[in-house]
This record gives sequence, C-alpha cells and structure tokens, in this order.
Amino acid sequence: MDYFDRFAVPHPSPAIYVSMVAIGLTVIAIIAGLTYFKKWGYLWREWLTTVDHKRIGIMYLISALLMLFRGGADAIMMRAQLAVPENTLLDAQHYNEIFTTHGIVMIIFMAMPFIMAFMNFVVPLQIGARDVAFPRLNALSFWLFFMGAMLLNISFVVGGSPDAGWTSYFPLAGNEFSESVGTNYYMLALQIAGLGTLMTGINFITTILKMRAPGMTLMKMPMFTWSALVTNAIIVFAFPVLTVALLMGTMDRLFATNFFTTANGGMDMLWANFFWVWGHPEVYILILPAFGIYSEIISTFSRRNLYGYKSMVGSMVIISLLSFLVWTHHFFTMGQGALTNSIFSITTMAIAVPTGVKIFNWLFTLWKGKIVITTPMLYSLLFIPIFTIGGVTGVMLGMSAADYQYHNTMFLVAHFHMVIIPGVVFAMLAALHYYWPKMFGFKLNEKIGKVGAWVISMSTLLAFMPMFFSGLDGQARRMYTYSESTGFGFLNMLSFIGAIGFAIGFCLIVYNIYYSTRYASRDISSDPWDARSLEWATHSPVPEYNFAITPQVNSAEAFWDAKKHGHELFTGEYEKIHMPNNSGVPFIMGCIFFAWGFSFIFGMWIPVIISTIGIFACMALRSFEKDHGRYISVNEIKKTETSRGA
Amino acid sequence: MIKKWSILSIVFTIVTVLTGCEPLLVLDPKGPQAERQASDIMLSIGIMSIIVLAVFVILFIMLVKYRASKQSEDYEPPHIKANIWVEIICVGIPVLIVAYLSFVSVQSNNIVESAPKGYEDKEPLIVYASTSNWKWHFSYPEENIETVNYLYIPTDRALEFKLYSFGPITSFWIPQLGGQKYAMSDMVNTLHLAADVPGEYMGRNANFSGEGFAENTFNVKAMPEEEFDDWVKEVKKAAEPLTEEKFDELLKPGHVGQSTYTGTHLEFMPPPEGENGGHHHGSSKSEKSVDDSHEEHSNQNHH
Amino acid sequence: MKIDNSLPLEYSTGQNQINILGFWIFIGAEIMLFGTLFAAYFTLVDRTGNGPTGADIFEIAPLLIETFVLLTSSFTIGLAIHAMRLGKQKAMMTFFGITLLLGLVFLSVEIFEFNHFYHVGAGLQTSAFTAILLTTLGTHGAHVTFGLFWGLSIVLQVRKRGLTPETANKSFIFSLYWHFLDVVWIFIFSFIYLKGLM
Repeated sequence: MDYFDRFAVPHPSPAIYVSMVAIGLTVIAIIAGLTYFKKWGYLWREWLTTVDHKRIGIMYLISALLMLFRGGADAIMMRAQLAVPENTLLDAQHYNEIFTTHGIVMIIFMAMPFIMAFMNFVVPLQIGARDVAFPRLNALSFWLFFMGAMLLNISFVVGGSPDAGWTSYFPLAGNEFSESVGTNYYMLALQIAGLGTLMTGINFITTILKMRAPGMTLMKMPMFTWSALVTNAIIVFAFPVLTVALLMGTMDRLFATNFFTTANGGMDMLWANFFWVWGHPEVYILILPAFGIYSEIISTFSRRNLYGYKSMVGSMVIISLLSFLVWTHHFFTMGQGALTNSIFSITTMAIAVPTGVKIFNWLFTLWKGKIVITTPMLYSLLFIPIFTIGGVTGVMLGMSAADYQYHNTMFLVAHFHMVIIPGVVFAMLAALHYYWPKMFGFKLNEKIGKVGAWVISMSTLLAFMPMFFSGLDGQARRMYTYSESTGFGFLNMLSFIGAIGFAIGFCLIVYNIYYSTRYASRDISSDPWDARSLEWATHSPVPEYNFAITPQVNSAEAFWDAKKHGHELFTGEYEKIHMPNNSGVPFIMGCIFFAWGFSFIFGMWIPVIISTIGIFACMALRSFEKDHGRYISVNEIKKTETSRGA
Repeated sequence: MIKKWSILSIVFTIVTVLTGCEPLLVLDPKGPQAERQASDIMLSIGIMSIIVLAVFVILFIMLVKYRASKQSEDYEPPHIKANIWVEIICVGIPVLIVAYLSFVSVQSNNIVESAPKGYEDKEPLIVYASTSNWKWHFSYPEENIETVNYLYIPTDRALEFKLYSFGPITSFWIPQLGGQKYAMSDMVNTLHLAADVPGEYMGRNANFSGEGFAENTFNVKAMPEEEFDDWVKEVKKAAEPLTEEKFDELLKPGHVGQSTYTGTHLEFMPPPEGENGGHHHGSSKSEKSVDDSHEEHSNQNHH
Repeated sequence: MKIDNSLPLEYSTGQNQINILGFWIFIGAEIMLFGTLFAAYFTLVDRTGNGPTGADIFEIAPLLIETFVLLTSSFTIGLAIHAMRLGKQKAMMTFFGITLLLGLVFLSVEIFEFNHFYHVGAGLQTSAFTAILLTTLGTHGAHVTFGLFWGLSIVLQVRKRGLTPETANKSFIFSLYWHFLDVVWIFIFSFIYLKGLM
C-alpha cells in the first residue's frame, strides 16, 4: 500500500473529495455517452487524428473555454475567501494552492490556447494557404498542450496541487519548503505544454514566411497575421529559456541538484531571472495577437482601412524587442542597485510609447468611419478605455522607486488584471463572436452577446478598481486572510461582487452558445460582417481545402478590394488539391508524454524509461513512414463548391 | 456609451469617498523615503490621468460623431493613409512624458537607494532584519540586543536595515516609512529608511513565503531617541540572553509571539555577507548548523 | 509534388524549402536554449560550495580528443553533403558513416569524462557549479546521442530509397544539425574548458 500513498492528496478537504467524485462521474458519463451514441469512430477519425488547422483551432478553443471555467472557479473561491475579514472558507494551504493554479491555468492553459485557437483557425485562411507548414507537427503541438493541461489539472486530486505561486520562486518551491509533488506537476506540465508551444512557434513562422498567397508581400499581410508572426518569433526566442529554467527546477526537485537551493552554491535569484526572461515576453505573446484581433475588428466595423498600418507593424516589432529588455522590473526590490533599476525603469516605460501608438491608431481608425456596434466591436470599444487605465498604471509601476511601494501588493494585481483581461480576454471573446460564423456557419446571438460584454467589462472595473486602493493601503497579494482592523473588508467585498459578475458574464456566453446553436439562422452569407480580409472570401463553414483556387492578392485588404473595386481574387480553373493525411501518431505521442510526465512527477523511473523509448519510437516511425498525402480531385472540389452555394 | 461613463464615474466616486475617510497607508508617509515615493506616485497619477482623459475624450468624440446611425445610408468611409504629423505627435508626446518620468525615476532611485538626507549629524542605526518561516528577527548589533516580531526605532535618525532570510525569499515592508526590499538567503540587502514622526506602524513580509505568510507581520514603534535609549537599557537589564539553542528553537517553522533578548544571533550565525556570502555558501557553517539542529530538535520532540 | 530541377535536390520541392526554413528557425530556438545554459553557467561558475572548481577536475587529454573528433566529424558531414550534391551516393554514405562513427567516439570519451568527474568528487549534487557543468555538457551530449540515432535512420533510408528529394532533404537538415552541435562545442571548449583551465 505504501506505493500508492504517494498519490494521496496531502491536504484533503470535502471540496476536493467532491471534485474527485465529480471528475469520476464526468469521465464515466463521457465514455458511456460516446459508446451509447457510437461516436468513438467519429471522434477518432474526425478529431483525435485530424491535422486540419481549423479543427485543431476548434479543439484549442474548447480547451480554452474549459480552462476558463477551471481558472474562474479558482478565482471565485479566492475572492469569496477574501470577501470578509478573518474568513474561514479556505485555510492557508488551500488558498495557496488555488491562487497558484489560478495563475498557471489562466496564463498557460486558458489565454495561450485561446490565442492558439485563433492563430490556427485564422492565419492560414488570412494568407490564403491550404494548411500550416507542418500540419502533423501542429497536431502534436495541440496534443502536447492538451496533455500538459490535463496533467496540471489532475494535480489537486492526485498527489497535491502546486502551492508556491505561479511564479514558483525558489527556495520556496524547492524540496526544503514544498514537500508535496505539487511543484513537480508545475515543472513537468509546463515543460510538456511549453514544448508544444515552441513547435507552434516554429510552425507558424515558417507558414507565414513561406505559404502566403501570390501577391501578398509582408507589408500586405492582414494585421492579425503580422501579430501572429511577431508573436511566434517571441515564442521561439523566449520559450527555450523556460525550458532550461524548468529543467533546472525539475533537477533540483527530483535529482537533488543545487541550482536554486540555499546550500552548496545554489542561487535563488537565478530562477527569478530566468522565469521573467521568459515571463515578460510571454506577456507580449498573449497581448500581441489580441492587438491583431482588435485591429481586424475595429477596422471591419468602422468600415474603414486600419489607420497607420506601417506604424502598427513597427510598434509590434519594437514591443517584441523591448519585451526582452525589461524582465528585471518584476523584481526591482531584489537589491540590484539604483543604476540597474534605472535602466530597466526606462526600458519599461519606453514600452508605453509603441503601445500608445497602437491605441491612437485604433482611435483614428474610428475617425470618419461608419461605426457599427456589434458584439465584437463592443468588446473592442470597451477594451480601449479599460486597457488604458491598466496600461498607464503599468507606467506607474515602471517607476522603480515607487515600485518599492506597489510591489507584491494588490495594486500590482489590479494592474495586470486590468491589462490582461481587457487586453487578452476581451479580445478572445470578441474573436469568439467574430469568427464563430466562419467556424460553425451561424452567428451567436447579438443581444445576449452585448449584455455579456457589458456585464464582463463592468465586472472588470468592479473587481479590480478597488484593488488599486487596497494595495496602496498596504494589502499584500497572496494573503489568505486579513484582520478586521486593516479596513480592507469593504474593498474586498466589492471585488467579490465583481467576481460574481464575471461568473454571470461567463454563464451568459455559455448560454449564448447553447441558445444560438439551437435557434440561430443557418442561412447566413460567408461574409456576415462585411469584412475586409481573405478568411471571409471562402465559405462558412470552411471546406477542408480552404480555397478552391488560391487567391491573388494586391493589397492589405484583398477581399475588400474584390468586393468594392473589382479586384479578381480567384482566377483560373480548379486543379486537384494536395492535402496531408490524418495521423494518430500525434495523439498517441501526446498520451505517451502524459504518461512520461506523470511518472516523472512521482519519480517512477521504470515507466519514465519505457515512455521515453515510446516517444522516440513514435519519432522513428514518422521518419520511416512513407506518407505523401492525398489529392482532392477536381470533381470532388466541384461537388463541395456547389453544395456550399458557389 | 453614456451608461458606461456614468457607471465608471460612480465606481470612482464610491471608492474614493469610502477610502477617503482615512488616508491610504502608502500615501500617508511618515519618513523621507516614503514621502519621496508618495510624491512620485501622486505625480504619475496626475500625468497618467491626463492621458486617460485624452483617450476617453477622443474615444467619446469618435463614437458620438461617426456612429453609422448618425450617417446617411450611402456614406462610404474614405481610405485614409496615415498622416506623418499625426504619427509624430502620437510618438512625440508619449516620448516626452516617458522621458520626464524617466528623469524623475532615476533621481528617485538614487534617493531611495542612499542614506536619507538631513540626518548626517548622527550615525545611522544599523538593524539586521532576518526572516525565518514565518517570523522576523531584528538584531541591533551596536546595542547588542535582539527582538522577535517587533521593531523599536528612534525618530530623526537614519536607519539602515540589513535584510536576509533563513528560508524562502521574503520582503521587508513598512509602507509608511518606505518601500520594500527582498530578504534572501544568499545575500544581504540594504534598505535605507528613516522615521520623522513617532508612532506605531504596520510592518510585514510582502513576498509570498508559504503557509504562514499572511500572519508574517511585525509592529513598528518609532519614538524619540531618549525613549529609544531607555528602552535599550531596559532590555539589557531585563531580557534573557539569546543562546544558540534558543535561536535554533526560534528558527523552527511556525508562529511565535513577540520576544526580546540580549545579545544577537549574528555572532554564532553570521549573515550571508562578505566571506559568508553566496559564493562560499557551501562552506558556511551557519547552513550546516541550522540543518543539524533542526534534526536534533525534531528528534527530541519525538522522544 | 512539383520538382524544380534547377535547384539542388534538397531544395527541389516546395515542402523541402519549407522544411529547411523550419529547421533554421528550430536552430534559432536551440541557440536560445544553449545561450540560457551558458548564462546559467557563467552565473554559477564560482559557486562551487564545498566541491571542486573547474581547474580541479578538467583533463586535457579527453578534451582534445573530443574536440578533434567532433570538428573532424563536422568536416566529414560537409563532405557527405558535397558528395550528395554530386549525386555520388556511395561516397556520401561513406562520409555519413564516418561522421556517425566519430560521433560515437566523441560520446564514448564524454562518458569516460563524466565517469572521471564523478570519481574526483564532482557529481551532479555536489554544488551549483558541478550541476550546471554536467547539465550543459549533458544537454550537448544528449543532442549528439539523438543525432547518432537520427543519422543512422537517415543512412538506412538513403540505402533503401536512394537519393530522392525527400532523403536528400533529410540528409541536408541533419548536416545543419550536426554543424550546429559542432559550433556549440566550440563555445563549450572555449568558455567552459579553456576558461576553466586558465
């Protein structure tokens, strides 16, 4: 029995047992459902083995929504615990686990896949490609991300959650002070998901550089594609740093090395540095695609071209460079002295300049436009003011001397939520509503969507504005409770109400998906928003080959030109189309990676060795396999095109 | 849109009114360093409000003027190329603002990182502030006394805190006297503070350090120098000596109340500075003895 | 697949060009990976705790063998690609084989060296310095090991399928990888070993 003791939860509570039962029942329900409706084959053929960028995008989207639910549940519990002073809803240990997983889940397993979802779905369509450069690698990326996410998510029922914060600072995260396997989960789950992200980075840069439609020069790419290119460049340069940091952390925890320990030369500050050398660019990995989405939406619904295309591109490139030069601002208080702090203070505030340029360019895109307020546009318009508040507080935090007072307080928490929520979450929800018809062939209900947008944005203000004040009043972040005498009670209660507002907003979005799936009209055109870029030039939902004929491009708004200025997008005859074959290898490899990570976490070395061999066997199999893809015949294309009403 | 602004302003007013009754700690400074930081904060809030306001106004105008509902059916928005002057203004003004704030920031960095001005007539009081899970140990080497979880300081004299940790990274923070700085296990950080006004202040560890983090606080009492000297004398007369065994006992994870000792732990367990710093950590005796004594103690407890 | 005969075989199809570009980007990521390891090494090099320093444990003889062998293998893989471009499959296979053999020698000497480190008291857990030393060398060594298996699978494929656009592409990409490992080794040689010995 001793062998199985390691899988027990170290700090059990009724809530955890309930979750265990709930997880068990859900799994049984899914398996039973699939069996009863005989959907196993469908699931395997159409989804698990797919290499189609559109389906992979949709799978990312589903995962992101699930993880939003998980991370949101964590957030509600945190805010409920802090709503009143001396609350006993959660104890310190559980609170620590919850804010740790909230951070990891929201950043790595919610925001990232949300972005990946739209990059996957939209980028190949925007550049007029049939798929990404390496479709099978793309599937592998998804499955690695997914298995990493699942690995982290089982931690709280098997062996214990990580509890050292999402930043996982050593020595707190080391064996000496975190004895449960929680932090092992952190190290391995992030490592596996991170490998997937790195592959996506390579894949998309190659795709964007090599597979654009004829005529689409770099400076004629739609803004979202530009943002994807810059983002993936950041991924390629930032993620290897995380890989090494996690490797060192894993070795400290499992092989008793002394990289970050307090003895034998270990250096805790090195972890903090590496973490943020990755962590700060990561922030821009999240926000730049969101900026790209806003550029598309604002220009579409202003019925105008995007103002300042070149400066938009330039500012993204500058942001991506600066993002690697500011990491020290996450620990101005580490004692590196006035000179270092001054340098990083200046680079940090400098980021405000290109970001400001973007804000003003969006505002000027509205100028002389014909603004139609749809749900995606509403999110974008709400983003501008709220993000500006969050953004300027970032400049305030960049003043290092003053940061000694903001650091580690609720002020900081307020700042990054007021940037990430309007910046990333609003953008993703806007994109969800915007691209939904392209993905599924019907629109989400506009009325429910707009109410949701209002509820969510007001909740953002209600939940996070009070934190600026409680932070300046001395409330440190990550405290599981506070005494009555501090006077934080009222402000925290406001935040709790805001958190409930978020929950309501999320329910509205889910309800909208349900409602629209049942009642929305399927009779919509392939261009329901009167949009400007290539993804709207093909059918909704998109056929597997994307475009029957590769489009010809002559400007940054090729589709708009085709609609208004008589530009001819599709010239020539149908030709047979080469497509990649589906493959089960990425999914199987993902499963083996899951087993590898799980056994690694618990130090079970024999399964680790077996699964390592399994991973390499999959790679060898791929190398020796003769797979030249397949062709879609002209007849088949004609049939598909007619059935979609071409 | 009007709805949005009204809700926004309501939120703002409520929050300011309700918190306005008592000044926020950080904006109620009682020492020169905190004062500088508070004035930086107010300055940046001022400048940033102008930017926020500008964005809000432009957005408002655009939305009012260019709504589709306000325009004729057949209005076709023009294709507009970026105007170089507009772009120069959009870059130029932020650059000027950032340049000005950078200037202030660099100046403030040098101020908060050096001994506070105006106290040159007296030597600064040196206090070694170290943390162990989840306590604060304050050693006064000159006075040769040590306190746990509370800090007495004289007013009108510069204070020099030497920060380090016997475990996870912590952060020493007394909001009303000045900003925080990390206490870490492999180096000693110096934080310059001073208190101008006698009174009791809240001090805490601001950096998450595990289970007992929320309660990892200490009380600060600033008093005139004579009173402080009296207190030191009192302690020397009444308090027990701090022995190595006693200190090992204190280092064990957990919460303890306030206590006072004569002598400091610095003698038998030197801080990680100079030859005891990070480079030579392996050979430092302190680490070893902490570990060993931990084991001994836990063994004793089991018996 | 459209094959463009005006280009070298490894570049002759669209997919081949995509593969090569993709691999260059992958090498960009690898540069960051090793760059981070080097950054960690320079930070921790003096943090030897109670353990030995670099000067205490580095040995010249295995180092010179490793360096000589790996540099030569980089040259022979270059010859293999040259032969491939000339369409001389047999010569190419010979040079490929020599490359892999040299790689194997390198790896054996490195294992011997690790054994030596262990015996002179520089284990993985000894100090921050030994940990980062062994991790950096080990990461490079793991890359070489992976390369041996990868190279072997390419040799088998070329033997079975001959020089097709696909196998030529794989061989070329492998040669990029192998050259890259050589470059990394030059950095290891200069900044870890030579600096440590001085």
